Amino acid sequence: MITDGLRELVPAVIGVLVRRGADFASAEDAVQEALIRALETWPDDPPRDPKAWLVAASWRKFLDAVRSDSSRQGRELAVDLEPPAGPVAGADDTLRLYFLCAHPTLPPASAVALTLRAVGGLTTRQIATAYLVPEATMAQRISRAKKRIEGLALDRPGDLGTVLRVLYLVFNEGYGADGTEHTDLAGEAIRIARQLAALTDDPEVAGLLALMLLHHARRATRTGPGGRLIPLAEQDRSRWDTGMIAEGVAILQAALARDRLGDYQAQAAIAALHADAPSTAETDWVQIVEWYDELLALTDSPVVRLNRAVAVGEADGARAGLAALADVDPGLPRRAAVAAHLHERAGDLARAAELYAEASRTATSVPERDHLTRETARVRQLLRP
Amino acid sequence: MKYLMLKHYRGGPAPAVDSPPMDQWTPEEVDAHMTYMSDFAKRLVETGEFVDSQALSAEGAFVRHDGEGRPPVTDGPFAETKDLIAGWMIIDVESWDRALELAGELSAAPGAGGEPIHEWLEVRPFLTGVPGNTE
Repeated sequence: MITDGLRELVPAVIGVLVRRGADFASAEDAVQEALIRALETWPDDPPRDPKAWLVAASWRKFLDAVRSDSSRQGRELAVDLEPPAGPVAGADDTLRLYFLCAHPTLPPASAVALTLRAVGGLTTRQIATAYLVPEATMAQRISRAKKRIEGLALDRPGDLGTVLRVLYLVFNEGYGADGTEHTDLAGEAIRIARQLAALTDDPEVAGLLALMLLHHARRATRTGPGGRLIPLAEQDRSRWDTGMIAEGVAILQAALARDRLGDYQAQAAIAALHADAPSTAETDWVQIVEWYDELLALTDSPVVRLNRAVAVGEADGARAGLAALADVDPGLPRRAAVAAHLHERAGDLARAAELYAEASRTATSVPERDHLTRETARVRQLLRP
Repeated sequence: MKYLMLKHYRGGPAPAVDSPPMDQWTPEEVDAHMTYMSDFAKRLVETGEFVDSQALSAEGAFVRHDGEGRPPVTDGPFAETKDLIAGWMIIDVESWDRALELAGELSAAPGAGGEPIHEWLEVRPFLTGVPGNTE
């Protein structure tokens, strides 16, 4: 459908308006309005040159807004009616847009919303639906975010790290969804990361893209009927998307060859080892533990320690896993679930049942809670004489 | 993160302030209370934190299945229940601390004499539908 390519035009068109002298906030509003118009009219009346159409429509919306603003405030119209023949917006403008939308001064939820609208080309309604909040609330969240970054020039050097964090947040929000009911946030994060990878040559951008592809390739097998969570060990590996895995692995290998390791590349390397294994038993857990050690050296975090303890449990046995778990903050969500799994493997079913029950009480999502409740029930059944 | 702020007709910890029930307030006091609540909700729309707000009637019933081919059994109205929910507001905020801050503000809605009623609100985090990346 013709509207499929529409969203990808959005960041470039915002760039064109900004080049012509519009401020970012007004340019972004104008493009959003033109986008909504395009979504309504293009299916019946597709333009010959979609980008030219969107630029022209956005520029008109921008002028309308400036005119009504000027007449309201009795000010002179400061912008020429005819667009100045400035330089064409290029890749650098689009990259600056990523930096601005994920600016470190923005709260994460605001950076996510603004990135999805200005970089992802989603409508406010689509974003509101994906995050289950009213459209008015989402509109305000976006407009406040724009006020907050007002005056920050588009030409300041940006922080790629915050851009990647925002994209990973979007991806993880879409992790459990099947992509049919709501906006496909995981697919959206991958699409935006692909655009970003084309604009930069940073190996961490490639690392994040590879990581998302490698996880996304397993999507169809992660949930069963009724949204039931299926753990890695029980997933039907024959249904993993091998094409997507191959692409993720190729992107990762090219990134690793540049010898500038970062968090996302290390996480992608772990995901690639899982993707490569025919079963849990045949997984190269020793190498996975080594990658977790790399990750710990890069960024020591409780979550990395927890995941490392799982891998140690597989590589060196449940007792070693429990020993590794001793270093993990007891307040961490999911710690009890990991402890339960390791105690069960070590043969202490009574302790495992207690810990599974504790983990289900402290779970933060419905699929996890239900999964842990089933695990509790399963182990308790084994305990019955 | 989404949180539910639950308002109760009855139940929860002992009231901090012994204020008369709403139907014994003056009409102006009732209006002031309602205005405070709706202004609060409007302000949350503006901050991008509002999700939903609903009030519940004190009437209603408990209902349960009573076997195939039989009508459902009801119990109620709720004269005997210790805990009766009056309504809720759902917010989407950055942190638990922010949720507590907002609940504290909502609990300061004015009552008889225009004084804050200091009512107890129950704040509960939502379980998300997203399991997160657990591999």
